[in-house]
Amino acid sequence: MPVKNNDVRIKAENVDFYYGTHKAIKNISIDFYNDKVTAFIGPSGCGKSTFIRLLNRMNDLIANAKACGSIYLDGENILSPKADVVKIRRKIGMVFQKPNPFPKSIWQNISYGLEIQGEKDKKKIEAVVEDSLRKAALWNEVKDRLRDNALKLSGGQQQRLCIARCLAVDPEVILFDEPCASLDPISTNKIEDLILELKKNYTIAIVTHNMQQAARVSDFTAFMYLGELIEFGVTSQIFTVPKEKKTEEYLSGKFG
Amino acid sequence: MRSYKELAIKMLFTVLAFSSLVFLAGIVFVLFKESIPAISEINLFDFLFGKYWYPTFEPAEFGVLPLILASLEVAVGALFVCVPLGIGSALYVNELASASQKQILKPLIETLASIPSIIYGFFGMLIVAPFIQKLFNIPTGLCAFSASVVLGVMAIPTVASISEDALSFVPNSFKEASYSLGANRWQTLTKVVIPAAASGISTSVILGMSRIVGETMTVLMVSGGAAVIPKSFFDPVRPMTATIAAEMGEAAVGSAHYHCLFAIGLILFLITLVFNALAEAISRKYRIKLGLDR
Repeated sequence: MPVKNNDVRIKAENVDFYYGTHKAIKNISIDFYNDKVTAFIGPSGCGKSTFIRLLNRMNDLIANAKACGSIYLDGENILSPKADVVKIRRKIGMVFQKPNPFPKSIWQNISYGLEIQGEKDKKKIEAVVEDSLRKAALWNEVKDRLRDNALKLSGGQQQRLCIARCLAVDPEVILFDEPCASLDPISTNKIEDLILELKKNYTIAIVTHNMQQAARVSDFTAFMYLGELIEFGVTSQIFTVPKEKKTEEYLSGKFG
Repeated sequence: MRSYKELAIKMLFTVLAFSSLVFLAGIVFVLFKESIPAISEINLFDFLFGKYWYPTFEPAEFGVLPLILASLEVAVGALFVCVPLGIGSALYVNELASASQKQILKPLIETLASIPSIIYGFFGMLIVAPFIQKLFNIPTGLCAFSASVVLGVMAIPTVASISEDALSFVPNSFKEASYSLGANRWQTLTKVVIPAAASGISTSVILGMSRIVGETMTVLMVSGGAAVIPKSFFDPVRPMTATIAAEMGEAAVGSAHYHCLFAIGLILFLITLVFNALAEAISRKYRIKLGLDR
């Protein structure tokens, strides 16, 4: 494996998660490496989305949910009740399953993240808006209509706008929760290219139902089943010589 | 045989469905028919902008301006009560209340709407008016201010429940997006949720206003009844609805007074029609804006 221990960006140790009394995540330990893409695959309901939503504390919004264990980012435990959730979410951005731009202008969607941080400098906001849209490969399509409502964009453009919005707050890690689930193949392609481009500068985790997608974009793959992490390894190894029988069965389509 | 039966049933339901249209058309027709003589007898300008409403004097004067202004004054005052309280409770129920609090609060707020207006009138006459009379040391507590307070409370459920619906229509995904960018709860509420629900909230205010303007029994009991142009919130006033209710029984059928009361009814009808159309237009626009339609 071409990675050293000090390349670990996020370290999860013995993470459990409960919805009420239902244990949805069972004792997961996993490392996320710097500037690499880690894909989570597994059948619906296996807990992959739940798990990555723990990384930016999105599950806080769910009533009666409880997380145990620790997830370290820059030496701080994300799951600790004392952790600064706002700071964590600025470091760990997220792109959701369904494109969810705000019903505001394209410009306002991007500037939102800066405004809530109290940024007033118009010049700086302008620069960030352009830079983020360029990084998300959307600038050329929208530069003449930044004041238009973002909901007028196509689904694929909306998703790239959501990626740009996430980049605008300058995160270190980006979580993608099935980002192409509602997109057509061409838009999906664009998002995949974008992920490959972004991993030069960002640590990325992606949940996907599409195994080809995992194979195309990821460096590491984690296979989850019924809340457990069954196997984790370099993507090429997982897809060619899985160590676990369950992984092989899933990849060959025996269940899922 | 069977097809006759089906045809009959279909006809029956068609008639039922169109009956409300018939009633509406009938009401509008009668309103116009009975109003027109008033406007032809007294000219339209004197009717709308005349400063004196002395229907039983010799010669009688039929200027509805005092009545229109009274309605407006009471309505604006009531907005100061129902808007903050209604929207405030909607925000609390939607954003802050726990599931169990929500279960109690929502039906409670809606119960306010089911109280008959005469009870509000009672409440206004016996409790609010004397209290306000003492508080501000004015000659009578039956005034625009008291009417505004009572009407405002009456309109809270309209504003609260429609606003709450608007807030709950805001997709969770917007909130998630905001939180994921590092926004706190307050920022998410003020910069994402409320703007997204803004047109729904304004609809609730317009419908509340429409309810306030059309309300009769309470204003009849609490507003004081003086048909003069109001100079302050503490003057007794006589809004349009109260005028019709109080005077229709005394006005001789076919007299100028009688036709004028119908004309007031027509004005009221037009005002609430405009309010409702406005609310409908705004809420349609809002659904499109959130991508719920089309």
